[in-house]
Amino acid sequence: MFLINCPYCGERDQSEFSSGGEAHIVRPKQPKELSDDQWAEFLFMRKNIKGVQFERWNHAHGCRKWFNMARDTSNDKIHAVYKMGEKPPIK
Amino acid sequence: MKNKYSIFSLIKNAFSYHENWQRAWRDPEPKKEYDAIIVGGGGHGLATAFYLAKKHNMTNIAVVEKGWIGGGNTGRNTTIIRSNYLWDASAGLYDHALKIWEKLSQELNYNVMFSQRGVMNLAHNLQDVRDLKRRTHANRLNGIDAVWLNTEEVKKFCPIINTSQDIRYPVLGGTLQRRAGTARHDAVAWGYARGADAMGVDIIQNCEVKGIKRNGNSVEGIETTKGFIKTKKIGVVAAGHSSVIANMVDLKLPLESKPLQALVSEPVKPIIDTVVMSNAVHAYVSQSDKGELVIGAGTDPYVSYTQRGSHDVVEGTLKAILELYPIFSRMKMLRQWGGIVDICPDASPIISKTNIKGLYFNCGWGTGGFKATPGSGDLFAHTIANDEPHKLNADFNINRFVSGDLVDEHGAAAVAH
Ligand SMILES: Cc1cc2nc3c(=O)[nH]c(=O)nc-3n(C[C@H](O)[C@H](O)[C@H](O)COP(=O)(O)OP(=O)(O)OC[C@H]3O[C@@H](n4cnc5c(N)ncnc54)[C@H](O)[C@@H]3O)c2cc1C
Ligand SMILES: [Zn+2]
Repeated sequence: MFLINCPYCGERDQSEFSSGGEAHIVRPKQPKELSDDQWAEFLFMRKNIKGVQFERWNHAHGCRKWFNMARDTSNDKIHAVYKMGEKPPIK
Repeated sequence: MKNKYSIFSLIKNAFSYHENWQRAWRDPEPKKEYDAIIVGGGGHGLATAFYLAKKHNMTNIAVVEKGWIGGGNTGRNTTIIRSNYLWDASAGLYDHALKIWEKLSQELNYNVMFSQRGVMNLAHNLQDVRDLKRRTHANRLNGIDAVWLNTEEVKKFCPIINTSQDIRYPVLGGTLQRRAGTARHDAVAWGYARGADAMGVDIIQNCEVKGIKRNGNSVEGIETTKGFIKTKKIGVVAAGHSSVIANMVDLKLPLESKPLQALVSEPVKPIIDTVVMSNAVHAYVSQSDKGELVIGAGTDPYVSYTQRGSHDVVEGTLKAILELYPIFSRMKMLRQWGGIVDICPDASPIISKTNIKGLYFNCGWGTGGFKATPGSGDLFAHTIANDEPHKLNADFNINRFVSGDLVDEHGAAAVAH
């Protein structure tokens, strides 16, 4: 449990949010041309990083907006919060 | 076995005030090379090593563990053992394990305190009732004992449950597997470690794997905090840290690692002589031999390697426990802890070869792998020794995420633990 600084509402308890998992996994533009391997990669395979990971979060019990976050999964420290469509502000 | 444990050894050692018991396994330095290396000294890894030595004659092998054996999820779980899974593949896998549990203390000459006190799963809504009844039928078709209990029968089997129909999630019935139960988690790790060690397996603790060396598409060895160790076969059984090791060879797994927590109360006199689980409200309770209530909560809903667990999750679980067991309202909780569980999208494990030669993964057990420890070790040993899966774990290969042949136990009820 930790605090999240929603880009729209400010700092709130993590329990108000729901995690959407790894960010920047783009939905394939030509789904018909995808092989089974590529589908598996898109649907299921995750880096599941121990360390700084880019994630999508939704302020489910607040403004209900989606945004991105860079969070260190080894200590739950949040390094950056940025909007959907933006590139990660840190490496 | 060097020092066989028996009533005679107990008496003999009593005369010397129990000061002369020998250590149960050695503490060796790693050799330069092994025929196979198991990464992760939890129950599954140690069982794998034990069966590699016992059934496949592979004794020049090692288990490397970054901390102490059994210090991962093996020593952190609520020890519920059952085999009443819905699908045929899961039924085969978990009942294989349950059958080994039934004789494990004898096989290991180590008391794992396996107790078939029964596991009851409660239904709290109409969908639960349908799902659990369906599962009972499926279990019976697979030769797994299962009965459906109505509300009165639930009350009779476990009188402290509040079966009032006026509560938020009333008890509408439940299933019971009488062969199910619990075991002593540490003893499982220690028993397998002692057994494997006696056959020559090196158990190397405080040795973290930092990298995997490859030559082309084959493995050559592991880089560890105790130096490089050569081997042609690596079996990774690292639970919540499986992806960390897979990322060392740019392999992606369909896993997310999340904290899962449990807590125990102060010890009290025997009050609950079975295990009661309730998926709908996410609360599980049993009583340890020391008298503590052992309570399992849910996972934190995000990826994290912080071995803690969130407070709101515990709060939700305890609210449900108090509604179902009002008698516990004055109990004090003694300890709370978390483990990192590796969750697969279909809530089933992976016991599989990979497309790298000599690299095998046993992972994805998530919130419920303790029950499978002996079976998982047996089947993973078979897979490593023969470079082919056993028929009982063939369906649990990594390629099911490509082919779509998932073993979907998520929707199949009673999946947690
Ligand atoms: C709170 C909680 C309750 C649970 N309740 C139940 C239950 O009631 N019933 C049930 O069936 N299951 C339950 N589970 C799940 C169960 O605990 C696990 O599925 C099972 O114990 C996994 O065993 P393992 O040997 O694979 O993992 P672990 O015991 O976690 O062993 C993995 C080992 O790998 C080591 N390792 C990791 N990375 C490295 C590295 N780089 N180098 C060397 N070693 C490494 C770790 O230190 C660890 O010791 C629960 C889990 C938790 C956390
Ligand atoms: Zn918001």
